[in-house]
Amino acid sequence: MTPNNSDITISCEAVVQLQNLCKSYFLGHSELPVLKGINLDFHRGEYVSIMGPSGSGKSTLLNLLGCLDRPTDGKYLLGGLDISEMDDDTLSGIRGKQIGFIFQSFNLIPQLNIIENIEVSLYYQQVHKVQRRKRAEELAERVGLGDRTKHRPSELSGGQQQRVAIARALANDPLILLADEPTGNLDSKSGREILGMLDELHAGGKTIIVVTHDPKVASRTQRSIHMLDGRIERQTLNGARQ
Amino acid sequence: MISLTQLTSVVQVSLRSLWLHRMRSILTMLGIIFGVSSVIAMLAIGEGASQQAQAQIAHLGSTNLILKTVKPPQQTANDTTQQSIAIYGLTYDDAERFRVTIPDAQVVVQSKIISHKAYYRNRILAIELVGTVAWYPELAPVELDRGRFLSSSDLHYNESVCVIDRNTADNLFLIDDPIDMDIKIAGNYYRVVGIVSETRVQSNEDMLETRANSAPDTTSAGGRVYIPITTMKTRFGETSIQFGGTTGLVGEKVELSEITVRVPTIERVLPTQDVLDGILKRFHKQQDYQIVVPLELLRQAIRTKRIFSIVLGSIAAISLLVGGIGIMNIMLATVSERTREIGIRRALGAKKQDIVFQFLSETLLLTLTGGLLGMVLGALIPIAVTYFGSMPTVITTQAMLLSFGISAGVGLTFGLYPAVKAANMDPIESLRHE
Ligand SMILES: Nc1ncnc2c1ncn2[C@@H]1O[C@H](COP(=O)(O)OP(=O)(O)O)[C@@H](O)[C@H]1O
Ligand SMILES: [Mg+2]
Repeated sequence: MTPNNSDITISCEAVVQLQNLCKSYFLGHSELPVLKGINLDFHRGEYVSIMGPSGSGKSTLLNLLGCLDRPTDGKYLLGGLDISEMDDDTLSGIRGKQIGFIFQSFNLIPQLNIIENIEVSLYYQQVHKVQRRKRAEELAERVGLGDRTKHRPSELSGGQQQRVAIARALANDPLILLADEPTGNLDSKSGREILGMLDELHAGGKTIIVVTHDPKVASRTQRSIHMLDGRIERQTLNGARQ
Repeated sequence: MISLTQLTSVVQVSLRSLWLHRMRSILTMLGIIFGVSSVIAMLAIGEGASQQAQAQIAHLGSTNLILKTVKPPQQTANDTTQQSIAIYGLTYDDAERFRVTIPDAQVVVQSKIISHKAYYRNRILAIELVGTVAWYPELAPVELDRGRFLSSSDLHYNESVCVIDRNTADNLFLIDDPIDMDIKIAGNYYRVVGIVSETRVQSNEDMLETRANSAPDTTSAGGRVYIPITTMKTRFGETSIQFGGTTGLVGEKVELSEITVRVPTIERVLPTQDVLDGILKRFHKQQDYQIVVPLELLRQAIRTKRIFSIVLGSIAAISLLVGGIGIMNIMLATVSERTREIGIRRALGAKKQDIVFQFLSETLLLTLTGGLLGMVLGALIPIAVTYFGSMPTVITTQAMLLSFGISAGVGLTFGLYPAVKAANMDPIESLRHE
């Protein structure tokens, strides 16, 4: 394996493979298992939703998929690479190159303007300033905010902020796009816009995994994974999209 | 590690977040500004005072020992209402004993100083009449301007010749050429054979105690006139009559006001001091002399400076410690305020070291800017002190480098903990913050 093992070339059709994935939190001496053996594959270009009651472990699973955390047990293969054993810097590199996050509460950096927010991941990948700027401007245009590039996040509506967040998640052209309740903080109109955008991205070939409560959101995806108490209860294929 | 373009962007980002809280940044910087400026100002004032003292002392000659006649504490005389004659001070015999006891002492200057008035034509000038020897210029801070100094034959034959200083030449002769002119002192005429100028730095009398008490203060306009000491002895005897306190006329008999002993090497100075002191103790019943050792004064000045530096260093260290803790406090607050931002950056691919650099560069910018402003302020204070307080100050490059180093050090020391703390926060926790 080369030292720069955050460069992943797709060698198999399954972009993500989870094998008996377990995650426990330790509070003092007591172990609190949150994920209890997850076996899942996500395929390239797939659009998947994760559903389940609050506290069932959806966000925990998504954070593991996003390499923000390491599993307590089991294997996580991203593009064929086992990330369970990687050190912190390598994980940071993978997040910067292969993962795109979209959060429920947008999570833009308040003191940076729109363009600079979109650029952040490229900045940490040491992309040259001129290229960085060009890419960020393209993306701002693509999400319909080409005329707001110098604005601060606080000057935008929730829907617009989430669009910036999508642009930011796309900046590094990630292998998988992870969204945790992306419409949770939005009114229904803005929510529909955002979902429309995700649909478009899926149509463009992106692999998208979205956590949601909303059956209407789930119904737009190809496959829904229902979680209960740290386990996969069942999976449903949403026929219309198949 | 980190590239130059990355560094400039890190600095840009830091500048922006410092600018966002400019009031807070300025208040935080104040600690460093005052710390650094006080270090520079105090060092400059201390260095100036020390260099001045050392120059003055070195001027006296570091291999010299200066013996001075000192008026002993007043004896309780039973006849205070009557005229009395006080006999005290260094004697020719003392000088002779020194010569015999310390053969390799290069020269022993015997000089006696009395106050008098000099007359030339219709002009009068208050002067110090100095009876001395031919080799006086070798030891004393005088330089021959014109003519010649007293010669050994002048001394041998008790010649009525004199050498005058610049002041006397200017104030008594005005535009006349003094050489070969006669001036009258106490009824006797002396032919001027030379003019000297004093090279002594003025105003150092305080450092070296005042001159022997037998020589009353000269008026500032007065000058000095040097005559052969042998001539002085025959003309003035050994007694001088002065008006004293409440008791009317007081007679004083002082043979020599000052003797200078020069030894060949610096190592010999302190042993010689003991020898001289021993001789004088044996032959003087009362403490009517004083030994001034320029070398000892120099050592004292250096010792004083060292103590001063230590005190100063402690004060500076404490003030910078306080400033540094202030900075650390603010940076910890900043880190916890920006927890979510840290989480976002980590999620978007920032490594731990990127976060460390970001916060460290903010602290360093604060302290280095504070340090630079402190250097400017610290350079202005000594200039003002010199201008308004007419005290010499010396701003050394060392002091500047030291303070810049200190501000950088404070930035690194007190910035590292908050920065590492920020970098070690769990990304998930950080994202969930608020
Ligand atoms: N850092 C943590 N320490 C302890 N327990 C945690 C931690 N993070 C999450 N949990 C617990 O794990 C469970 C699953 O949480 P989460 O994945 O956020 O659920 P969901 O997103 O499905 O609502 C919850 O019971 C939660 O309390
Ligand atoms: Mg959740």
